[in-house]
Amino acid sequence: MTETVSCAVSISGLSKVFNAGKPNEVRALEDIDLAIDEGTFVSLIGPSGCGKSTLLRLIGALTHPTAGEVCVNDKSADQARLDRDYGMAFQTSGLFKWRSVTENIELPLQLMGWSKQERKDRAAEMLDLVKLSEFADHYPREMSGGMRQRVAIARALSFRPSLLLMDEPFGALDEMTREHMQTEVLDIWKKTEKTIVFVTHSIPEAVFLSERVIVMSPRPGRIAADIPVDLGERVFETREAPEFFECITEVREALRFEGNAG
Amino acid sequence: MISRFVRSAAPALIVGLGGLLLWEVTLQVLQPEGFVLPPPSEIIRAFFADFDEIWVATKNTGFIVVTGLVGGVILGVVWALLVSRFRLANETLTPLAIALNAIPIIALAPIFNAWFGLLSPVSNQSIVVILVFFPVFINTTKGLTEVGDTEIELMRSYAASEWEIARLVRVPNAMPFFFTSLKIASSLAVIGAIVAEYFGGRQDALGPLIVQNAGLTRYTQAWAAVLAGSLMGIVLYLLSGAFERASMPWRPAPETTGS
Repeated sequence: MTETVSCAVSISGLSKVFNAGKPNEVRALEDIDLAIDEGTFVSLIGPSGCGKSTLLRLIGALTHPTAGEVCVNDKSADQARLDRDYGMAFQTSGLFKWRSVTENIELPLQLMGWSKQERKDRAAEMLDLVKLSEFADHYPREMSGGMRQRVAIARALSFRPSLLLMDEPFGALDEMTREHMQTEVLDIWKKTEKTIVFVTHSIPEAVFLSERVIVMSPRPGRIAADIPVDLGERVFETREAPEFFECITEVREALRFEGNAG
Repeated sequence: MISRFVRSAAPALIVGLGGLLLWEVTLQVLQPEGFVLPPPSEIIRAFFADFDEIWVATKNTGFIVVTGLVGGVILGVVWALLVSRFRLANETLTPLAIALNAIPIIALAPIFNAWFGLLSPVSNQSIVVILVFFPVFINTTKGLTEVGDTEIELMRSYAASEWEIARLVRVPNAMPFFFTSLKIASSLAVIGAIVAEYFGGRQDALGPLIVQNAGLTRYTQAWAAVLAGSLMGIVLYLLSGAFERASMPWRPAPETTGS
Protein backbone atom coordinates (compact mmCIF):
# COMPACT_ATOMS: atom_id res chain seq x y z
CA MET A 1 0.00 0.00 0.00
CA THR A 2 2.88 2.33 0.70
CA GLU A 3 4.77 1.41 -2.46
CA THR A 4 3.19 4.27 -4.43
CA VAL A 5 5.29 7.38 -4.38
CA SER A 6 3.76 10.85 -4.02
CA CYS A 7 0.25 9.57 -3.53
CA ALA A 8 -2.10 12.45 -2.81
CA VAL A 9 -5.01 10.23 -1.80
CA SER A 10 -4.88 6.58 -0.84
CA ILE A 11 -8.04 4.73 0.08
CA SER A 12 -8.14 1.08 1.09
CA GLY A 13 -10.94 -1.28 2.05
CA LEU A 14 -13.27 1.63 2.60
CA SER A 15 -16.94 1.13 3.50
CA LYS A 16 -19.51 3.56 4.72
CA VAL A 17 -22.81 2.59 6.32
CA PHE A 18 -25.29 5.23 7.48
CA ASN A 19 -27.61 4.48 10.42
CA ALA A 20 -25.91 1.12 11.02
CA GLY A 21 -28.15 -1.42 12.71
CA LYS A 22 -31.29 0.65 12.35
CA PRO A 23 -34.24 -0.06 10.04
CA ASN A 24 -33.18 2.84 7.81
CA GLU A 25 -29.65 1.49 7.38
CA VAL A 26 -27.99 2.58 4.14
CA ARG A 27 -24.90 0.92 2.76
CA ALA A 28 -23.48 3.87 0.86
CA LEU A 29 -20.03 2.61 -0.12
CA GLU A 30 -18.41 -0.82 -0.15
CA ASP A 31 -14.84 -2.05 -0.66
CA ILE A 32 -13.40 1.05 -2.18
CA ASP A 33 -9.71 0.97 -3.06
CA LEU A 34 -8.41 4.02 -4.81
CA ALA A 35 -5.09 5.78 -5.17
CA ILE A 36 -4.81 9.21 -6.70
CA ASP A 37 -1.41 10.52 -7.77
CA GLU A 38 -0.32 13.99 -6.92
CA GLY A 39 -1.25 16.58 -9.51
CA THR A 40 -3.87 14.52 -11.33
CA PHE A 41 -7.38 15.57 -12.22
CA VAL A 42 -9.78 12.76 -11.31
CA SER A 43 -13.54 12.72 -11.76
CA LEU A 44 -16.00 10.57 -9.83
CA ILE A 45 -19.13 9.80 -11.80
CA GLY A 46 -22.11 7.58 -11.14
CA PRO A 47 -25.89 7.47 -10.86
CA SER A 48 -27.41 9.65 -8.17
CA GLY A 49 -27.25 8.09 -4.75
CA CYS A 50 -24.16 6.03 -5.62
CA GLY A 51 -22.17 7.65 -2.85
CA LYS A 52 -19.80 9.73 -4.96
CA SER A 53 -20.37 12.80 -2.82
CA THR A 54 -19.97 10.68 0.29
CA LEU A 55 -16.65 9.42 -1.05
CA LEU A 56 -15.52 13.01 -1.61
CA ARG A 57 -16.60 13.98 1.89
CA LEU A 58 -14.71 10.98 3.30
CA ILE A 59 -11.56 12.18 1.55
CA GLY A 60 -12.20 15.61 3.06
CA ALA A 61 -12.77 14.13 6.54
CA LEU A 62 -16.20 15.76 6.74
CA THR A 63 -17.52 12.30 7.54
CA HIS A 64 -15.74 9.17 8.73
CA PRO A 65 -15.53 5.65 7.28
CA THR A 66 -17.29 2.68 8.86
CA ALA A 67 -14.37 0.48 7.79
CA GLY A 68 -11.10 0.96 5.97
CA GLU A 69 -8.94 4.01 5.84
CA VAL A 70 -8.34 7.20 3.96
CA CYS A 71 -4.86 8.67 3.76
CA VAL A 72 -4.12 12.08 2.34
CA ASN A 73 -0.56 13.22 1.80
CA ASP A 74 0.57 10.26 3.97
CA LYS A 75 -1.56 11.46 6.88
CA SER A 76 -4.95 10.52 8.17
CA ALA A 77 -7.72 12.45 6.43
CA ASP A 78 -8.55 14.18 9.72
CA GLN A 79 -4.98 15.33 10.21
CA ALA A 80 -4.92 16.59 6.63
CA ARG A 81 -8.08 18.58 7.32
CA LEU A 82 -6.55 20.12 10.44
CA ASP A 83 -3.42 20.91 8.40
CA ARG A 84 -5.69 22.62 5.85
CA ASP A 85 -4.59 20.43 2.96
CA TYR A 86 -8.01 20.72 1.30
CA GLY A 87 -9.85 23.38 -0.54
CA MET A 88 -13.51 22.59 -1.15
CA ALA A 89 -16.13 23.83 -3.58
CA PHE A 90 -19.75 22.70 -3.59
CA GLN A 91 -22.76 22.90 -5.88
CA THR A 92 -23.97 25.96 -4.02
CA SER A 93 -21.18 28.47 -3.78
CA GLY A 94 -21.51 28.80 -0.01
CA LEU A 95 -20.41 32.42 -0.18
CA PHE A 96 -21.31 34.42 2.90
CA LYS A 97 -23.74 37.13 1.87
CA TRP A 98 -22.56 39.52 4.57
CA ARG A 99 -19.01 39.45 3.23
CA SER A 100 -17.79 41.16 0.09
CA VAL A 101 -16.08 39.06 -2.57
CA THR A 102 -12.67 39.97 -1.17
CA GLU A 103 -13.76 39.24 2.40
CA ASN A 104 -15.13 35.85 1.32
CA ILE A 105 -11.81 34.89 -0.24
CA GLU A 106 -9.99 36.14 2.85
CA LEU A 107 -12.07 33.99 5.23
CA PRO A 108 -9.79 30.91 5.34
CA LEU A 109 -6.75 33.18 5.58
CA GLN A 110 -8.36 35.04 8.47
CA LEU A 111 -8.85 31.72 10.25
CA MET A 112 -5.19 30.93 9.66
CA GLY A 113 -4.17 34.18 11.31
CA TRP A 114 -2.77 36.01 8.30
CA SER A 115 -2.22 39.75 8.58
CA LYS A 116 -4.64 42.15 6.89
CA GLN A 117 -2.15 43.13 4.21
CA GLU A 118 -1.18 39.53 3.40
CA ARG A 119 -4.86 38.63 3.12
CA LYS A 120 -5.57 41.55 0.85
CA ASP A 121 -2.67 40.74 -1.43
CA ARG A 122 -3.58 37.09 -1.71
CA ALA A 123 -7.26 37.87 -2.35
CA ALA A 124 -6.28 40.24 -5.17
CA GLU A 125 -4.03 37.58 -6.64
CA MET A 126 -6.83 34.99 -6.49
CA LEU A 127 -9.35 37.36 -8.04
CA ASP A 128 -6.89 37.91 -10.85
CA LEU A 129 -6.65 34.14 -11.31
CA VAL A 130 -10.42 33.77 -11.69
CA LYS A 131 -10.64 37.02 -13.70
CA LEU A 132 -12.95 38.88 -11.33
CA SER A 133 -10.68 41.67 -10.13
CA GLU A 134 -13.20 44.39 -10.87
CA PHE A 135 -15.72 42.73 -8.53
CA ALA A 136 -13.48 42.78 -5.46
CA ASP A 137 -15.80 44.96 -3.39
CA HIS A 138 -19.11 43.58 -4.61
CA TYR A 139 -21.41 41.46 -2.49
CA PRO A 140 -22.37 37.93 -3.66
CA ARG A 141 -26.00 38.92 -4.34
CA GLU A 142 -24.76 41.29 -7.05
CA MET A 143 -23.16 38.47 -9.03
CA SER A 144 -24.33 35.71 -11.38
CA GLY A 145 -24.20 32.02 -10.45
CA GLY A 146 -21.10 31.42 -12.55
CA MET A 147 -19.26 34.35 -11.02
CA ARG A 148 -20.13 33.15 -7.53
CA GLN A 149 -18.69 29.73 -8.31
CA ARG A 150 -15.49 31.37 -9.53
CA VAL A 151 -15.26 33.26 -6.24
CA ALA A 152 -15.87 29.99 -4.37
CA ILE A 153 -13.02 28.37 -6.30
CA ALA A 154 -10.78 31.36 -5.63
CA ARG A 155 -11.59 31.03 -1.94
CA ALA A 156 -10.84 27.29 -1.99
CA LEU A 157 -7.45 27.97 -3.57
CA SER A 158 -6.59 31.06 -1.52
CA PHE A 159 -4.56 29.22 1.12
CA ARG A 160 -2.82 27.06 -1.50
CA PRO A 161 -4.12 23.67 -0.36
CA SER A 162 -2.48 20.75 -2.14
CA LEU A 163 -5.84 19.16 -2.87
CA LEU A 164 -8.98 20.63 -4.38
CA LEU A 165 -12.21 18.72 -3.74
CA MET A 166 -15.17 19.77 -5.88
CA ASP A 167 -18.70 18.45 -5.49
CA GLU A 168 -20.71 19.17 -8.65
CA PRO A 169 -19.59 22.79 -8.58
CA PHE A 170 -21.16 23.55 -11.96
CA GLY A 171 -24.31 21.49 -11.47
CA ALA A 172 -26.55 24.53 -11.13
CA LEU A 173 -25.12 26.47 -14.07
CA ASP A 174 -26.47 26.75 -17.60
CA GLU A 175 -24.71 24.84 -20.35
CA MET A 176 -22.74 27.75 -21.81
CA THR A 177 -21.54 29.06 -18.46
CA ARG A 178 -20.68 25.50 -17.57
CA GLU A 179 -18.43 24.96 -20.56
CA HIS A 180 -16.76 28.26 -19.89
CA MET A 181 -16.17 27.32 -16.24
CA GLN A 182 -14.69 23.97 -17.27
CA THR A 183 -12.11 25.74 -19.38
CA GLU A 184 -11.38 28.08 -16.47
CA VAL A 185 -10.89 25.21 -14.04
CA LEU A 186 -8.51 23.44 -16.41
CA ASP A 187 -6.62 26.68 -16.78
CA ILE A 188 -6.36 27.04 -12.99
CA TRP A 189 -5.36 23.41 -12.65
CA LYS A 190 -2.52 23.91 -15.16
CA LYS A 191 -1.32 27.05 -13.41
CA THR A 192 -1.50 25.69 -9.87
CA GLU A 193 -0.71 21.99 -10.45
CA LYS A 194 -3.14 20.90 -7.72
CA THR A 195 -4.59 17.46 -7.31
CA ILE A 196 -8.28 17.80 -8.13
CA VAL A 197 -11.04 15.36 -7.24
CA PHE A 198 -14.20 16.35 -9.06
CA VAL A 199 -17.66 14.85 -8.51
CA THR A 200 -20.10 15.19 -11.41
CA HIS A 201 -23.04 13.46 -13.02
CA SER A 202 -22.24 14.81 -16.46
CA ILE A 203 -20.34 12.39 -18.68
CA PRO A 204 -18.98 15.02 -21.11
CA GLU A 205 -17.88 17.15 -18.18
CA ALA A 206 -16.01 14.26 -16.57
CA VAL A 207 -14.32 13.33 -19.86
CA PHE A 208 -13.43 16.87 -20.84
CA LEU A 209 -11.87 17.72 -17.49
CA SER A 210 -10.15 14.61 -16.24
CA GLU A 211 -7.14 12.46 -16.80
CA ARG A 212 -9.00 9.67 -15.08
CA VAL A 213 -12.71 8.95 -14.74
CA ILE A 214 -13.80 6.71 -11.87
CA VAL A 215 -17.18 5.17 -12.66
CA MET A 216 -19.22 4.13 -9.64
CA SER A 217 -22.01 1.58 -9.39
CA PRO A 218 -25.43 2.24 -7.85
CA ARG A 219 -25.80 1.77 -4.12
CA PRO A 220 -23.87 0.33 -2.44
CA GLY A 221 -21.27 2.34 -4.32
CA ARG A 222 -18.32 0.41 -5.68
CA ILE A 223 -15.74 1.34 -8.26
CA ALA A 224 -17.12 -0.15 -11.47
CA ALA A 225 -14.53 1.16 -13.90
CA ASP A 226 -11.39 3.26 -13.86
CA ILE A 227 -11.06 4.87 -17.25
CA PRO A 228 -7.96 6.79 -18.30
CA VAL A 229 -8.60 9.74 -20.57
CA ASP A 230 -5.88 10.88 -22.89
CA LEU A 231 -7.07 13.76 -25.00
CA GLY A 232 -3.97 15.93 -24.77
CA GLU A 233 -4.43 19.62 -24.21
CA ARG A 234 -8.08 20.63 -24.04
CA VAL A 235 -9.05 23.24 -26.58
CA PHE A 236 -12.34 24.40 -28.06
CA GLU A 237 -12.15 21.68 -30.75
CA THR A 238 -11.61 18.91 -28.18
CA ARG A 239 -15.36 18.78 -27.62
CA GLU A 240 -15.86 18.02 -31.30
CA ALA A 241 -13.06 15.46 -31.67
CA PRO A 242 -13.87 11.79 -32.38
CA GLU A 243 -11.62 10.67 -29.48
CA PHE A 244 -13.72 12.79 -27.13
CA PHE A 245 -16.86 10.96 -28.23
CA GLU A 246 -15.11 7.61 -27.99
CA CYS A 247 -14.28 8.36 -24.37
CA ILE A 248 -17.81 9.50 -23.68
CA THR A 249 -19.09 6.24 -25.16
CA GLU A 250 -16.71 4.24 -23.02
CA VAL A 251 -17.88 5.94 -19.83
CA ARG A 252 -21.52 5.68 -20.87
CA GLU A 253 -21.11 1.95 -21.53
CA ALA A 254 -19.58 1.49 -18.11
CA LEU A 255 -22.55 3.28 -16.58
CA ARG A 256 -25.08 1.39 -18.68
CA PHE A 257 -23.68 -1.96 -17.62
CA GLU A 258 -24.14 -0.90 -14.02
CA GLY A 259 -27.61 0.36 -14.74
CA ASN A 260 -28.65 -3.05 -16.08
CA ALA A 261 -26.97 -4.91 -13.27
CA GLY A 262 -28.63 -2.78 -10.63
CA MET B 1 -32.62 62.11 -2.01
CA ILE B 2 -35.55 64.15 -0.73
CA SER B 3 -37.65 63.40 -3.78
CA ARG B 4 -36.94 59.70 -3.35
CA PHE B 5 -38.04 59.90 0.27
CA VAL B 6 -41.23 61.67 -0.74
CA ARG B 7 -41.88 59.09 -3.43
CA SER B 8 -41.36 56.16 -1.05
CA ALA B 9 -43.36 57.79 1.77
CA ALA B 10 -46.14 59.19 -0.41
CA PRO B 11 -48.35 56.07 -0.62
CA ALA B 12 -48.26 55.62 3.15
CA LEU B 13 -49.00 59.32 3.74
CA ILE B 14 -51.90 59.29 1.30
CA VAL B 15 -53.46 56.22 2.90
CA GLY B 16 -52.84 57.57 6.40
CA LEU B 17 -54.18 61.06 5.77
CA GLY B 18 -57.06 59.64 3.72
CA GLY B 19 -58.00 57.40 6.61
CA LEU B 20 -57.94 60.31 9.06
CA LEU B 21 -60.02 62.41 6.68
CA LEU B 22 -62.57 59.62 6.33
CA TRP B 23 -62.69 59.28 10.12
CA GLU B 24 -63.15 63.05 10.53
CA VAL B 25 -65.81 63.42 7.83
CA THR B 26 -67.79 60.35 8.93
CA LEU B 27 -68.00 61.67 12.49
CA GLN B 28 -68.90 65.19 11.37
CA VAL B 29 -71.66 63.89 9.11
CA LEU B 30 -73.11 61.20 11.37
CA GLN B 31 -72.57 63.25 14.55
CA PRO B 32 -72.69 60.41 17.06
CA GLU B 33 -72.13 61.35 20.69
CA GLY B 34 -68.66 62.91 20.75
CA PHE B 35 -67.20 61.05 23.70
CA VAL B 36 -67.53 57.63 22.05
CA LEU B 37 -65.00 58.43 19.35
CA PRO B 38 -63.70 61.96 19.03
CA PRO B 39 -62.66 63.16 15.56
CA PRO B 40 -58.90 63.35 14.87
CA SER B 41 -58.93 67.15 14.79
CA GLU B 42 -60.10 67.26 18.41
CA ILE B 43 -57.56 64.64 19.50
CA ILE B 44 -54.75 66.68 17.94
CA ARG B 45 -56.10 69.85 19.55
CA ALA B 46 -56.15 68.10 22.95
CA PHE B 47 -52.66 66.74 22.30
CA PHE B 48 -51.25 70.27 21.96
CA ALA B 49 -53.45 71.76 24.67
CA ASP B 50 -52.18 69.22 27.23
CA PHE B 51 -48.75 69.01 25.66
CA ASP B 52 -46.74 69.72 28.85
CA GLU B 53 -48.52 67.02 30.80
CA ILE B 54 -48.30 64.53 27.91
CA TRP B 55 -44.63 65.27 27.37
CA VAL B 56 -43.76 64.51 31.01
CA ALA B 57 -45.87 61.34 30.88
CA THR B 58 -44.25 60.28 27.61
CA LYS B 59 -40.76 60.77 29.06
CA ASN B 60 -41.64 58.67 32.12
CA THR B 61 -43.23 55.91 30.10
CA GLY B 62 -40.39 56.16 27.60
CA PHE B 63 -37.92 55.46 30.36
CA ILE B 64 -39.77 52.23 31.24
CA VAL B 65 -40.04 51.27 27.55
CA VAL B 66 -36.39 51.87 26.68
CA THR B 67 -34.87 50.30 29.80
CA GLY B 68 -37.24 47.33 29.58
CA LEU B 69 -36.55 46.94 25.86
CA VAL B 70 -32.78 47.00 26.33
CA GLY B 71 -33.01 44.55 29.24
CA GLY B 72 -35.32 42.19 27.35
CA VAL B 73 -33.20 42.30 24.20
CA ILE B 74 -30.01 41.54 26.12
CA LEU B 75 -31.74 38.70 27.98
CA GLY B 76 -33.18 37.29 24.74
CA VAL B 77 -29.87 37.44 22.84
CA VAL B 78 -27.80 35.93 25.66
CA TRP B 79 -30.41 33.19 26.13
CA ALA B 80 -30.34 32.47 22.37
CA LEU B 81 -26.53 32.35 22.31
CA LEU B 82 -26.49 29.85 25.17
CA VAL B 83 -29.21 27.67 23.70
CA SER B 84 -27.64 27.55 20.24
CA ARG B 85 -24.18 26.80 21.60
CA PHE B 86 -24.73 24.26 24.36
CA ARG B 87 -26.99 21.24 24.12
CA LEU B 88 -27.59 21.21 27.86
CA ALA B 89 -28.71 24.84 27.72
CA ASN B 90 -31.03 23.98 24.84
CA GLU B 91 -32.62 21.12 26.75
CA THR B 92 -33.19 23.17 29.88
CA LEU B 93 -33.55 26.81 28.88
CA THR B 94 -35.72 26.43 25.78
CA PRO B 95 -38.64 24.79 27.64
CA LEU B 96 -38.21 27.38 30.39
CA ALA B 97 -38.48 30.20 27.85
CA ILE B 98 -41.59 28.66 26.34
CA ALA B 99 -43.14 28.21 29.77
CA LEU B 100 -42.30 31.80 30.68
CA ASN B 101 -43.94 33.00 27.49
CA ALA B 102 -47.06 30.94 28.16
CA ILE B 103 -47.76 32.97 31.31
CA PRO B 104 -50.23 35.77 30.63
CA ILE B 105 -47.54 38.26 31.46
CA ILE B 106 -49.73 41.31 31.94
CA ALA B 107 -51.61 39.35 34.59
CA LEU B 108 -48.41 39.43 36.62
CA ALA B 109 -48.51 43.23 36.94
CA PRO B 110 -50.42 43.34 40.23
CA ILE B 111 -48.21 40.61 41.66
CA PHE B 112 -45.03 42.42 40.60
CA ASN B 113 -46.40 45.56 42.22
CA ALA B 114 -46.71 43.63 45.47
CA TRP B 115 -43.12 42.40 45.07
CA PHE B 116 -41.36 45.58 44.03
CA GLY B 117 -43.63 48.25 45.53
CA LEU B 118 -46.66 49.91 44.04
CA LEU B 119 -44.84 53.02 42.86
CA SER B 120 -41.55 51.39 41.88
CA PRO B 121 -40.55 51.38 38.19
CA VAL B 122 -38.97 47.93 38.59
CA SER B 123 -42.34 46.22 38.43
CA ASN B 124 -43.22 47.84 35.08
CA GLN B 125 -39.72 47.33 33.70
CA SER B 126 -39.94 43.62 34.59
CA ILE B 127 -43.18 43.29 32.64
CA VAL B 128 -41.57 44.87 29.58
CA VAL B 129 -38.43 42.72 29.91
CA ILE B 130 -40.41 39.47 30.01
CA LEU B 131 -42.69 40.57 27.18
CA VAL B 132 -39.80 41.60 24.93
CA PHE B 133 -37.45 38.74 25.65
CA PHE B 134 -39.40 35.95 23.98
CA PRO B 135 -39.69 37.16 20.36
CA VAL B 136 -36.03 38.21 20.50
CA PHE B 137 -35.01 34.82 21.88
CA ILE B 138 -37.06 32.77 19.39
CA ASN B 139 -36.00 34.71 16.29
CA THR B 140 -32.36 35.03 17.23
CA THR B 141 -32.13 31.32 18.02
CA LYS B 142 -33.59 30.54 14.61
CA GLY B 143 -31.00 32.77 12.95
CA LEU B 144 -28.15 31.24 14.91
CA THR B 145 -29.13 27.65 14.13
CA GLU B 146 -30.50 27.86 10.59
CA VAL B 147 -27.19 27.88 8.83
CA GLY B 148 -26.73 25.87 5.61
CA ASP B 149 -24.82 22.56 5.66
CA THR B 150 -22.53 23.83 2.93
CA GLU B 151 -21.48 26.78 5.06
CA ILE B 152 -20.76 24.60 8.08
CA GLU B 153 -18.84 22.02 6.02
CA LEU B 154 -16.79 24.77 4.44
CA MET B 155 -15.85 26.11 7.84
CA ARG B 156 -14.91 22.61 8.98
CA SER B 157 -12.77 22.16 5.89
CA TYR B 158 -10.85 25.23 7.03
CA ALA B 159 -10.43 23.50 10.41
CA ALA B 160 -12.48 26.25 12.09
CA SER B 161 -13.46 25.75 15.74
CA GLU B 162 -17.06 25.83 16.95
CA TRP B 163 -16.35 29.25 18.44
CA GLU B 164 -15.08 30.56 15.09
CA ILE B 165 -18.12 29.12 13.33
CA ALA B 166 -20.35 30.88 15.87
CA ARG B 167 -18.59 34.21 15.54
CA LEU B 168 -18.06 34.26 11.78
CA VAL B 169 -21.13 32.42 10.53
CA ARG B 170 -23.90 32.03 13.09
CA VAL B 171 -23.94 35.56 14.46
CA PRO B 172 -23.95 37.37 11.10
CA ASN B 173 -26.53 34.87 9.84
CA ALA B 174 -28.78 35.74 12.78
CA MET B 175 -28.68 39.50 12.21
CA PRO B 176 -31.75 39.80 9.92
CA PHE B 177 -33.72 37.54 12.29
CA PHE B 178 -32.67 39.62 15.27
CA PHE B 179 -33.76 42.87 13.67
CA THR B 180 -37.13 41.47 12.70
CA SER B 181 -37.64 40.56 16.35
CA LEU B 182 -36.43 43.98 17.46
CA LYS B 183 -39.15 45.63 15.38
CA ILE B 184 -41.79 43.39 16.98
CA ALA B 185 -40.28 43.92 20.42
CA SER B 186 -40.20 47.71 20.16
CA SER B 187 -43.99 47.86 19.69
CA LEU B 188 -44.56 45.22 22.37
CA ALA B 189 -42.49 47.25 24.82
CA VAL B 190 -44.77 50.29 24.43
CA ILE B 191 -47.91 48.19 24.89
CA GLY B 192 -46.42 46.36 27.86
CA ALA B 193 -45.29 49.53 29.60
CA ILE B 194 -48.61 51.36 29.22
CA VAL B 195 -50.73 48.40 30.32
CA ALA B 196 -48.39 47.72 33.25
CA GLU B 197 -48.78 51.35 34.26
CA TYR B 198 -52.55 50.82 34.59
CA PHE B 199 -51.74 48.76 37.65
CA GLY B 200 -48.99 50.76 39.32
CA GLY B 201 -45.74 52.63 39.04
CA ARG B 202 -45.35 56.38 38.60
CA GLN B 203 -48.61 58.27 38.35
CA ASP B 204 -47.33 60.89 35.87
CA ALA B 205 -46.99 58.42 33.00
CA LEU B 206 -49.07 57.58 29.89
CA GLY B 207 -50.90 54.60 31.42
CA PRO B 208 -52.34 56.50 34.41
CA LEU B 209 -53.04 59.49 32.16
CA ILE B 210 -55.22 57.33 29.91
CA VAL B 211 -56.97 55.65 32.86
CA GLN B 212 -57.63 58.90 34.71
CA ASN B 213 -58.94 60.77 31.65
CA ALA B 214 -61.11 57.87 30.58
CA GLY B 215 -62.46 57.62 34.15
CA LEU B 216 -63.45 61.28 34.02
CA THR B 217 -65.04 60.74 30.57
CA ARG B 218 -62.38 63.04 29.11
CA TYR B 219 -62.05 60.68 26.14
CA THR B 220 -60.42 63.20 23.84
CA GLN B 221 -57.60 63.67 26.36
CA ALA B 222 -57.31 59.90 26.79
CA TRP B 223 -56.98 59.57 23.00
CA ALA B 224 -54.30 62.26 22.98
CA ALA B 225 -52.26 60.17 25.43
CA VAL B 226 -52.81 57.09 23.22
CA LEU B 227 -51.51 59.17 20.30
CA ALA B 228 -48.34 59.91 22.28
CA GLY B 229 -47.88 56.18 22.88
CA SER B 230 -48.36 55.45 19.18
CA LEU B 231 -45.79 58.06 18.22
CA MET B 232 -43.34 56.50 20.63
CA GLY B 233 -43.92 53.09 19.04
CA ILE B 234 -43.39 54.52 15.55
CA VAL B 235 -40.16 56.27 16.56
CA LEU B 236 -38.79 53.07 18.11
CA TYR B 237 -39.76 51.09 15.01
CA LEU B 238 -38.01 53.57 12.73
CA LEU B 239 -34.93 53.56 14.95
CA SER B 240 -34.82 49.75 14.77
CA GLY B 241 -34.99 49.98 10.98
CA ALA B 242 -32.21 52.57 10.84
CA PHE B 243 -30.06 50.46 13.15
CA GLU B 244 -30.76 47.46 10.92
CA ARG B 245 -29.67 49.21 7.73
CA ALA B 246 -26.55 50.59 9.39
CA SER B 247 -25.41 47.21 10.66
CA MET B 248 -26.13 45.22 7.51
CA PRO B 249 -24.69 47.12 4.55
CA TRP B 250 -24.74 43.95 2.45
CA ARG B 251 -28.51 43.88 2.28
CA PRO B 252 -30.28 45.50 -0.65
CA ALA B 253 -32.17 48.68 0.13
CA PRO B 254 -35.83 47.85 0.83
CA GLU B 255 -37.18 50.00 -1.99
CA THR B 256 -35.53 48.42 -5.02
CA THR B 257 -38.64 47.29 -6.84
CA GLY B 258 -38.92 50.51 -8.81
CA SER B 259 -35.31 50.63 -10.00
